[in-house]
Amino acid sequence: MSTQSPSKVDFAKVDEIIQSCGAKKSNVIAILQKVQATFRYLPEDALTYIGTKIEGLSPATVYGIATFYNQFSLNPKGKYEIKVCDGTACHVRGSMPLLNALKAKLNLKDGKFTTDDMLFSVDIVSCLGACGLSPVIVVNGKVHPKMTTDALNTVIDVLLQKERGE
Amino acid sequence: MTNTLFIDGKEVEFTNEPNILEVIRKAGMNVPTFCYRPDLTQFGACRMCVVEIEGRGIQTSCTMPPEPGLKIHLNTEKTRRIRKTVLELLLANHDRECTTCEKSGHCELQKYSEEYGIRDIKFPTKQKSEFLPLDTTNPSIVRDPNKCILCGACVRACAEFHGADHAILGFANRGSKTVVQPMAGRNFINTDCILCGQCQAVCPTGALTVVSDVDNVWKEINNPQKKVVAQIAPSIRVALGELFGLEPGENSIGKITAALRRIGFDLVFDTNFAADLTIMEEGTEFIERLKSGKNLPIFTSCCPAWIKYVEQSRPEYIKNLSTCKSPQSMMSPVLKTLLPKYFDGYTKENTVIVSIMPCTAKKFENKRQELSTKGIPDTNYVLTTKELGRMINEAGINFKNLKEEAEDSPFGDYTGAATIFGASGGVAEAAARTAYELVTGKELTDVNLKPMRGVDKSSRSKEMELDLDGTKVKVRIVSTIVEAEKALKEIDEGKADFQMLEVMACPGGCVNGGGQPYSFNDTTIKQKRAAGLYKEDAELKFRKSHENPDIKKLYAEFLENPGSHKSHELLHTHYEDRFKGSYRDLK
Repeated sequence: MSTQSPSKVDFAKVDEIIQSCGAKKSNVIAILQKVQATFRYLPEDALTYIGTKIEGLSPATVYGIATFYNQFSLNPKGKYEIKVCDGTACHVRGSMPLLNALKAKLNLKDGKFTTDDMLFSVDIVSCLGACGLSPVIVVNGKVHPKMTTDALNTVIDVLLQKERGE
Repeated sequence: MTNTLFIDGKEVEFTNEPNILEVIRKAGMNVPTFCYRPDLTQFGACRMCVVEIEGRGIQTSCTMPPEPGLKIHLNTEKTRRIRKTVLELLLANHDRECTTCEKSGHCELQKYSEEYGIRDIKFPTKQKSEFLPLDTTNPSIVRDPNKCILCGACVRACAEFHGADHAILGFANRGSKTVVQPMAGRNFINTDCILCGQCQAVCPTGALTVVSDVDNVWKEINNPQKKVVAQIAPSIRVALGELFGLEPGENSIGKITAALRRIGFDLVFDTNFAADLTIMEEGTEFIERLKSGKNLPIFTSCCPAWIKYVEQSRPEYIKNLSTCKSPQSMMSPVLKTLLPKYFDGYTKENTVIVSIMPCTAKKFENKRQELSTKGIPDTNYVLTTKELGRMINEAGINFKNLKEEAEDSPFGDYTGAATIFGASGGVAEAAARTAYELVTGKELTDVNLKPMRGVDKSSRSKEMELDLDGTKVKVRIVSTIVEAEKALKEIDEGKADFQMLEVMACPGGCVNGGGQPYSFNDTTIKQKRAAGLYKEDAELKFRKSHENPDIKKLYAEFLENPGSHKSHELLHTHYEDRFKGSYRDLK
């Protein structure tokens, strides 16, 4: 048996989500989406919890669903989720130099995608369907079109200033 | 209704076969498969069973139902090419250290690679540095992810026997990164796994295997200071022979006894003796509970996987479990206590007890603290049927030609009631035979309680009502945790009308246990094994546990009577609430 330390997950919240979606096997994707929206990622204990609460699902099955879809993350995400589009159009118009500049700016090294202060996380996504505006980045749902390295730095700086309360 | 289709030009009849593969097999032909298991749902994952059907192209025969008039070709250039490519792709990703693999000689991947003459793999192969670590943390099952071919048989077995709500194994990740693993890649010991070993029993490769105790047992046998004593479980006698060319169900207890003596065991006893003892104790306990009305229905306690399940997932029902130890765990303390009285040179300390079991979870049971004395398990080692088969081969014994030998006395005598413990329903039938006579004082004229029998897929839940002199007693018999959970839900809801619940975690009971010789391609094997047990039952002189002369002697000379203080010390146990640390223990 595992000797777990007390979980940081607020199970009352998970319960609420399960109730709001309906505790049915067929609702598991919606439940996972809401849990991810609440916690900004899918904590392992939350997956186990869902697996024990819904009939017909085991923790291993829920874990399988969570790791199958790219939309789910098992690692904590930053407050600002930055999606860098690397679809064909964005790629040829310089999304990779943008990504490298972003990583340098946020000091993300060695395969890390979330900053230590949990403010920013960076994801590479395939196509956002805004090829006419390429290269594109999206910060928490807000689309920033025709990005350059300078514009990117400005976007990050503005967010940092906001966080520092300036 | 009978229809016909054509396989390689030959007209073949079919009736209600679920798929073309079964029709092919019934016609005496075969196609290779990794993922099709008749007792599990169809999956169509491995693409090895492809056939070419005129007008339909290439189809997987395990997922396509038969239709009249189909013209099926098994070995066309196309199907052979597909199978070879599948094999090469699997091998490219596989740890191919065959000679040191636990499954060597029984591996389906090895077998088909040989049959299809794979000598060269045209894809880049996986390097040792890319291999993932093994899970060797539990006493029963080893998981080697580097030998997994993702056929999903174990995932289905776990979901369909242990239950979709409790499935330990699942697929994780996607595409080339897909793995089969317990929740979040944990080791089995950190999950709610009950160690029934059914995943391992359907695995075509060495990805899931049984932890081997063979070398430990050899070491004890070669130690002149030690007296090594064997006890053989009921279902071994009808299964072990399969490894040496005997028919499934053929009783080879005499040959097994002889083989164990050749290997170097000092004494050979039968766990059946302890099964009779279990009935004496459990029957008495059941009658007492019936009288008091407390802790009913009583749950049988022979199956260690079931016990672990109740302890971790249904601790509220621990009180319903019979306090009787399993036959394995009754036999050992009886032997260790009494052998010194009957045999020179035996002491509690120098006696090593090795049980031969059809079960992987027994390797967990024997290491329980409450079944150990001063940290040493009462049953020192547990060998599965498969492991004993290996020892017999290692010792160079020609099993088929062995002369039958009798087991040692005085703990070798057993009744037919004990021998049927190996099949689902056997424990309940044995208990009923004794309980009837103890309660009514009358003789049970027909001991064949047929409604309690049956080990096939449709008999996983059975019921029988007994009339104990006016008192009606209903017995529910289930195999697989899925069926057990249904019975527990009835108790939850107050709908249960049975007073006794017999549970075996493996489908069909111990004849189909995780430690038995592989039988995943033939659903009739477990029925044949069970038939072998019922045949021995019918042939034995005594068929009720309380008539066993050795049991009578044991009570007269030592235990006094069932349920006595001495019995409780030696034959009864307590259970541990294992909810802490289980999946549901969050917050």
